[in-house]
Amino acid sequence: MIETFRFALRGLAANKLRSGLTTLGIMIGVGAVIVLVAVGTGASAAVANSISALGTNLLTVSAQGGRDAGKPLTVADARALVDPLGAPDVATATPVVTSGNVSVTQSDTTASVRQFIGAEPAYLEATNSTIASGSSFTSTDLAEARKVVVLGATTASNLFSTQDAVGGQVLVNGLPFTVVGVLEAKGGTGFGDPDDMAVAPLSTVQNMLTGYGGLSQILVTARSADVMAQAQAEITTILSNRHGIANPARADFRVSNPTQVLAARSEATETFTVLLAAVAAISLLVGGIGITNIMLVTVTERIREIGVRKALGAPSGAILGQFLTEATLLGLLGGGLGVAAGLAASGLQISGITPVVSWPSVALAFGVSALVGLVFGGYPAHRAARLRPIEALRHD
Amino acid sequence: MTAIEITGLHKVYGTGSTRVHALRGVDMTVQKGEYVAIVGASGSGKSTLLNILGCLDAPSEGSYRLDGIEVSTFTESELSLLRNRKIGFVFQSFNLIPRTTALSNVELPLVYAGMARKHRRERARAALDLVGIGHRADHTPTQLSGGEQQRVAIARALVTAPTLVLADEPTGNLDSRNSADVLAVFDRLNTAGRTIVMITHEADVAAHAHRTVRVHDGRIVAGVLA
Repeated sequence: MIETFRFALRGLAANKLRSGLTTLGIMIGVGAVIVLVAVGTGASAAVANSISALGTNLLTVSAQGGRDAGKPLTVADARALVDPLGAPDVATATPVVTSGNVSVTQSDTTASVRQFIGAEPAYLEATNSTIASGSSFTSTDLAEARKVVVLGATTASNLFSTQDAVGGQVLVNGLPFTVVGVLEAKGGTGFGDPDDMAVAPLSTVQNMLTGYGGLSQILVTARSADVMAQAQAEITTILSNRHGIANPARADFRVSNPTQVLAARSEATETFTVLLAAVAAISLLVGGIGITNIMLVTVTERIREIGVRKALGAPSGAILGQFLTEATLLGLLGGGLGVAAGLAASGLQISGITPVVSWPSVALAFGVSALVGLVFGGYPAHRAARLRPIEALRHD
Repeated sequence: MTAIEITGLHKVYGTGSTRVHALRGVDMTVQKGEYVAIVGASGSGKSTLLNILGCLDAPSEGSYRLDGIEVSTFTESELSLLRNRKIGFVFQSFNLIPRTTALSNVELPLVYAGMARKHRRERARAALDLVGIGHRADHTPTQLSGGEQQRVAIARALVTAPTLVLADEPTGNLDSRNSADVLAVFDRLNTAGRTIVMITHEADVAAHAHRTVRVHDGRIVAGVLA
């Protein structure tokens, strides 16, 4: 056994460049499996994270700019949705106006805020946002349309860098606002930073930015995640009545469930992970074929040596063992290096996704690399073992 | 005591029009401790005879008793065991395993015999000393001259204490001085009691043997008896 191992090592050392390149093939295959699966897992994790950040019982009602310009969503619509009789499954409804890419200035620093939101204080709770420092704005702020604002984590650090934002002054479209709170970071999903935002009282935002037209959205929370469908139906009924809509296909509003959207996206990332893994598996297969190729060359080159060994009484099993061990060592060596390279590469950010190493995939890729050596080395080793000694000895 | 006893040996290669009758009824006996040279022109069948004597090939017909054992019906794996225990080969082109020290080369047959490492080393060193090359034990074949390589190969053939040492043109690739060295080693081994069968086409090499067997057209034409 030990001797077989020693013969195999000597065989590999005899042609270091060739062994090295073959090993590289397996290393790339194994490394690719680990990194690509980690990227896929990372993407899924980011989506799952944003689902939990949203909250699982949230529904949004948005205006659908109809061809016949339907009625806009109003604050009265939002109030009408909180109705213990007509809509027993609706817990809260919050009117929201949104203004995109608003520029906000703090002394010398100007930042473009992705979403400037006007809402009621209940908005934060409905969207699972928590205050990291300071406080939320109050109903009094809302009633008096005070110029106060709560900043998202990214916006706060863009404007104030490391300083405490709470109590600071910012200019929104040239008008001074006081920062009353900063939100806890929710974490990026890779599809637009949810922390690049600011929330101010609805009345203030309508005054300063959006005017008193329709609402952008009404955020509705259901009583629980189990009654989402009922809540959705109740909202549709109430709003259809209020907007005088007979044909549901021509509604001027739309009720959507963001969790469902994200669930679909998470399915998509799973498919994406499978595809990436398949690509990586193919490169591992190609590496395996490289082993077969090199081992066939090695066997052909060493026919005479095989003949001598057989003449000296080596049983077929010993020859088979020697070449199988060589091939398996190539596989294992490549696998080991591939794991190291894969883990190192998984530590980096890849197109905005933080890879999450999936340990079963590491174990699998390493195991497969050993198996690849065994399987793809099998045929050449079998050929070597089957050689007839007189023919092998006569070979030049 | 008989080392080799061959009767009515035939060997046929191929079928139909490509059929070659390499051996046509060979009878031959070699006693233990004998030193026999087999001579013959190329194509005479002497290589075929050597392959069969060396258990590298099986006869088509006839009987071959090596050390009293009938081997003509042996399977491939039985033959490899037999080669390991009973036969030591010396080839024209030395055939040492490349990038492997002289000592490891000599050890090789003992590895396949399953002997423990320590015991193997001792036997291999003794064999190298016997052919006068013990001081080169840690050199690889490329660091050795042709004569030295052939002496290592002889040590490898001896290390298992085989019934028969088979040499195929052992001096064919050597200059005259190295040839003389190698032949002197064979002479010494024979004096010490080893049975040697050597194929050669050089008369002065054959002259070292006790007896010369001449092969012509697949038959033995001279030197059948001791």
